[in-house]
Amino acid sequence: MKEGVTPPEVAIHLDHVSKVFVTAGSEGAYRAVDGLNLDVRPGQMLALLGKTGCGKSTIFNMIAGLTEPSSGTVRVSGRDPFADFDSFRGKIAIVFQNDRLLPWRSAIANVELGLEMLEIPTAERQATAQSWLTKLGLGGHENDFPHALSGGMRQRVSIARAFATNANILLCDEPFSALDESTAGRLRAEFVRLVKENNKTAVFITHSISEALEIGDRIVVLKRPAMIAYDVSFDSGTGQQERELIRSRIGDVLAA
Amino acid sequence: MSETAPQTGSSHLAHMLFAAIKRLGSSALPFVVVILIWQFASLFFPRFLFPSLIDVFWRCLEIFSSGTMFADVLATILRIMAGLAGAFIVGGGLALLMVRSRAVDRFLSPILTLFQGIPALSWVVFAIIWFHGIEFRIFFIMVMTTLPAFTFQVLGALRGMSKDLMEMVFSFRPTRAKLFRVMIAPAILPDILTAWKVNLGNASRVVVVAELVGATGGVGYQLLQQQQLFDMAGALAWTLQLVFFVLIVQGALTLIEHTVFRYRAVSERAI
Repeated sequence: MKEGVTPPEVAIHLDHVSKVFVTAGSEGAYRAVDGLNLDVRPGQMLALLGKTGCGKSTIFNMIAGLTEPSSGTVRVSGRDPFADFDSFRGKIAIVFQNDRLLPWRSAIANVELGLEMLEIPTAERQATAQSWLTKLGLGGHENDFPHALSGGMRQRVSIARAFATNANILLCDEPFSALDESTAGRLRAEFVRLVKENNKTAVFITHSISEALEIGDRIVVLKRPAMIAYDVSFDSGTGQQERELIRSRIGDVLAA
Repeated sequence: MSETAPQTGSSHLAHMLFAAIKRLGSSALPFVVVILIWQFASLFFPRFLFPSLIDVFWRCLEIFSSGTMFADVLATILRIMAGLAGAFIVGGGLALLMVRSRAVDRFLSPILTLFQGIPALSWVVFAIIWFHGIEFRIFFIMVMTTLPAFTFQVLGALRGMSKDLMEMVFSFRPTRAKLFRVMIAPAILPDILTAWKVNLGNASRVVVVAELVGATGGVGYQLLQQQQLFDMAGALAWTLQLVFFVLIVQGALTLIEHTVFRYRAVSERAI
């Protein structure tokens, strides 16, 4: 295991990270990520933007500890998320592109899932899950099974499931892309509010420039194989004109 | 404005009752037809070919009420359940090993396929040659004949688990025990119940063969006695004991399915 030095005040640290997938065909190997360097500060909301197939999900999986990098160092809160997989129990939460609710569990039981892994006592677990479902406007649907909920409601359950564990780091893989724009807009605003209120570090994958501008306080644009093509930070004080300039610049980078 | 008057409580109840009777009638109809044909044949053929079903009914009642005869039925049921449980435990274990290691899968798959091709009667002969104890012989036969099906069915269920859901559960860093409890067991349960339903039918046929040859008690043994006495009513009555057992267990499994799988969405349009 390659040891890397994590700079202080860095929640997520990627140092010369590459990922090569060995393919079954004659091509031999596919390089999804190539020497990526990236630091994310605690409390930062990073939007990772790029076209389909640029390696966003591979980066996501490496930060989540679900995939091992071929070379380079990935550190989350100073530790290797792949090698020290179990030590991140309750520290990283993920909101996936589709809701991924367990169909045999009710809405509240799905939200309780992460808390069960943390051995939280039943009463406390249920109270926490109930509170998150209520916060996300799902009061009264606790005992509904996923098939009885709409797409937006299911995705809200999955957001509640991620927040319920009170993990410091939230990883989101295009969580609103399967929803209609009106529902997605509402959930996005709700999501940003919850992340800010709870002071989470969030990495948000998207292929929508508007969504990246709405969600992130930093946007990293990736080019294939995942390399940083553009990196910009801004805050709530950034004016509309400046945001439009950023949008235009991102558009140019993606089109290049 | 509604053009139809709302249904009253009593007419709704009558409608439901009528629907239930209709359902019951349509499921009972095939049995009624077979019974009528048999009973009709009994009027024209000798007793040892087509005995009256009334005789068969009294013989069934005799088996139920007699302690020694019902003990034979219970012995057969225990043999079936023990054999199935043994095959399920071994098959489930093998399936887990096969899904975890490609080498194990490559090694075991051809062997299990080979076992599938061996007739139940051959296993009976092998068991008689290899082993002495009657109960162990029957247990061995039951396990060997149902093992491949259980293994392949559990293997298929494990391989068919949703990768997305698995990854989601993994993201919470579960222990092995928790992964099994929250993900693997509920995901494969529908296939396991189906496997039990299928293998139950197979096992009830195999157990009779095993008991015919090697046992001194049980339904198979009793069937052999009826054959030697040329007693068709007795043969039918003993056969019906197994049929009743299979129907009761299948019904119980279906009830479990309806209760445990109530989370499943049901489409209003049938396939």
